[in-house]
Amino acid sequence: MELKDKLLNSYLAFQEDYALREELHQTRLDALKVFEAQGFPTKRQEAWKYTSLAQLLQKDYSLFPKTSATSELRGVKPYFLADVDTYKIVFIDGVYSPFLSDTTHDGIDACLMSAALTKPKYRKIVETYFNKVVDPTESLTALNTSYAKEGAYIYIPKNTVAQKPIEIIHFATGNETAIWLQPRNLIVADQNAQVQIIERHQSLKAHEVVTNSVTEIYAHREAFVDYYKLQNDLDTAALIDNTYITQETQSHVSVHTFSFGGKLTRNNLNFKHKGSHLNSTLNGVTILEGNQHVDHYTLVHHSQPNCESHQDYKGVFSGRSHGVFNGKIYVDEIAQKTNAFQQNNNILLDDKTTVNTKPQLEIFADDVKCSHGCTVGQLDEEALFYLRTRGIPKKEAKALLTYAFANNVLESVQLPALKRRINGVIASKLGVNLGFNL
Amino acid sequence: MAYTEEELKKELENKEYEYGFYTDIDAETFPKGLNEDIVRKISEKKNEPEWMTEWRLQAFAHWKTMTEPEWPNVKYKKPDFQDISYYSAPKQKPQYNSLDEVDPELRATFDKLGISLDEQKKLAGVAVDIVMDSVSVATTFKETLAEKGIVFCSISEAIKEHPELVKKYLGTVVPPKDNYYAALNSAVFSDGSFCYIPKGVRCPMELSTYFRINQAGTGQFERTLVVADKDSYVSYLEGCTAPSRDENQLHAAVVELIALDDAEIKYSTVQNWYPGNSKGEGGVYNFVTKRGICHDRAKISWTQVETGSAVTWKYPSCVLKGNHSVGEFYSIAVTNNFQQADTGTKMIHLGKNTRSTIISKGISAGKSQNSYRGLVQVHPRAKNARNFSQCDSLLMGNQCGAHTFPYIEAKNNTAQIEHEATTSKIGEDQIFYCNQRGIDTEKAIALIVNGFSKEVLNHLPMEFAIEAQKLLEISLEGSVG
Repeated sequence: MELKDKLLNSYLAFQEDYALREELHQTRLDALKVFEAQGFPTKRQEAWKYTSLAQLLQKDYSLFPKTSATSELRGVKPYFLADVDTYKIVFIDGVYSPFLSDTTHDGIDACLMSAALTKPKYRKIVETYFNKVVDPTESLTALNTSYAKEGAYIYIPKNTVAQKPIEIIHFATGNETAIWLQPRNLIVADQNAQVQIIERHQSLKAHEVVTNSVTEIYAHREAFVDYYKLQNDLDTAALIDNTYITQETQSHVSVHTFSFGGKLTRNNLNFKHKGSHLNSTLNGVTILEGNQHVDHYTLVHHSQPNCESHQDYKGVFSGRSHGVFNGKIYVDEIAQKTNAFQQNNNILLDDKTTVNTKPQLEIFADDVKCSHGCTVGQLDEEALFYLRTRGIPKKEAKALLTYAFANNVLESVQLPALKRRINGVIASKLGVNLGFNL
Repeated sequence: MAYTEEELKKELENKEYEYGFYTDIDAETFPKGLNEDIVRKISEKKNEPEWMTEWRLQAFAHWKTMTEPEWPNVKYKKPDFQDISYYSAPKQKPQYNSLDEVDPELRATFDKLGISLDEQKKLAGVAVDIVMDSVSVATTFKETLAEKGIVFCSISEAIKEHPELVKKYLGTVVPPKDNYYAALNSAVFSDGSFCYIPKGVRCPMELSTYFRINQAGTGQFERTLVVADKDSYVSYLEGCTAPSRDENQLHAAVVELIALDDAEIKYSTVQNWYPGNSKGEGGVYNFVTKRGICHDRAKISWTQVETGSAVTWKYPSCVLKGNHSVGEFYSIAVTNNFQQADTGTKMIHLGKNTRSTIISKGISAGKSQNSYRGLVQVHPRAKNARNFSQCDSLLMGNQCGAHTFPYIEAKNNTAQIEHEATTSKIGEDQIFYCNQRGIDTEKAIALIVNGFSKEVLNHLPMEFAIEAQKLLEISLEGSVG
């Protein structure tokens, strides 16, 4: 049976098993219809020109884990952020793990989507935000909506700063040969609230796992949301990440995406502006090897005047890896005084690597500052030679230059513990120990 | 200041295409519609050999299976292909007996552009005396060219006179099945030019002048084929700065350039077709396929100034097949009122050490939409490919749009590709500075636009660059940023 049919057929069983109140039920049914009409995206669609899901879709995935899996803390501890205390929302095969998690209702809400969807006290928030930030016509998002059940729910009330960063971690145990997960996150930062969030997907065993995740972020006036995605999964894992962000006046939202692994990663990142004088930051570092494939698809829609957006994506590719960047800045007629910047730099280390990049500008307002730049090239031979004349071995010299190349983005990481972690990952990727942290 | 901003804006909006339409042509025209018989008849009419007819029919058969592309960033009413007459042999009668009868405004424009008196007559449709200079000039040209062994004639003539050359090269760069409009053109092309430069010959003149005098009325489905044999050079100029009167709504031309080893082709286009009125009614659809292939160490350089047409849809491309070959693309696209342009280039790097440069300048005013769409593709075997692209857009007013869609595909780790794009408007401080020095606003804008487009204008043949510069001024008359 084709995966699409399977998803459509399984819905009946799912809905009986997980009854929701009428409006939510209707939302999910509508979403299912959208998915049914559109199906999975193919390479014939402009947005998916360079990324094919065909191979992924051939497998027979189990949609619901049969057994409730547990994991030893010992096995998963290395994936938590060390030396810093965090709130944790942990899922194993899509099921919440109370044992590993550390949720809170003290001042802020960092808990579960399933609770938010069912408990009456969250009803108002769910009605206001759930499925309101996303683009309901996008087929994979709609598929996620129709199966929306579990994920993280974070609410930061007015004038509150979340004291600890929040980690959202999804583990796949690999108990099933192939599994299809669809987590759904909702994050609301009320006026003048601040929060830092780290999201991670990790498989524990080399078994097929596909995650079709949707995250909705709503930032009210003057809110600060700092969101980090760490993608360093095994080569059997695929991730389709759909993140939608709506911002109000003077809010700051930044999303950092670190893609270091996974068979196929697709990041759909969408910013919508509902107020003026706000700031959006989209940064990314991609370091790939082997047969890995990462596709960054970003959209920043400037629909209000006096807003700023800043995009900086760096990619380093070796082996037969394939990197895609597709960034679009859309400036409406009324969005005067927009300042939008977009940059994508790529380094190719091996001759079998491929990079496709498509930075796009669509501008309808005249008093704007919009620019983009993109490059594809190699490490500077002369710089490499210089370092080697100083007695630095080739591998280390290359690593130093790669660090320097990605440094802009690394510098803007606000969490020192996370920065150390990322530095460590990069060092191990490059097979060096530089003996210092940048 | 002579004008206030409002006045200028108003004038700009109301600025009609001053050159009008002349349809009073006594021509032999086929009935409307398109089918196999029509294709056969076109071929027959032109006394084409069997192979050519077959070639057309194959293209037509394929065209029937294709659908019109939807991807360009333009909106227009799809032409009805059965409502077009595909052949018309114009027997143009002179409309005027002397230049004095010509609309003085039109003459003023010609003067502004600095077009010679004889050419003016030709362009305005004035009867040209048989002993006119232009004719003798043309004859001299022909002699000079023949001396060097250069073949320059209409494509129908070439099919008859030089079938071996045409057979060898026609459709090799733009195959008949390439795209919807290329297929249509292959089936029904009416005429066009053919040019062959023999080995080691440097064409002594711009092929423009000659061309302009002899081919005032270009066809609706034009087919151009330029072959530069080894180590030769040619500079070819298409179109005309002078506004062109044209009764055809749909233009689907195909241009093929072949630069053999060490050859160089410089192809310049200036297009100023009817862009429709200020309400966005009417205007020419310009759907062109232009492509060149470079063999070893060859160079193709496209330069274009696009100011006309209601809808433009063209991507002059270079296939850099040979090692050390070079492709260049310089473009200025100006859109005003309701014009839409989706234009750019493709640089396909196949050979080693290939280089390409893309400089594109878009200027949008009024309610127009101006898009740059480009592809830079480096194939796995294209070692040390180098590309530099720069796309700048200038917006005038907040009702127009500027779009950039660059596609960059690198499959070789020795490739070096750079792309940068900016969007801006004419700074008030720049205008203020000019005003303060006694330069009125309109002149100041012309000055700034010229500066903005300079990198491209510099690549046009000399005398032509001056005309193009003036054309820019005229196209943007009255625009205020």
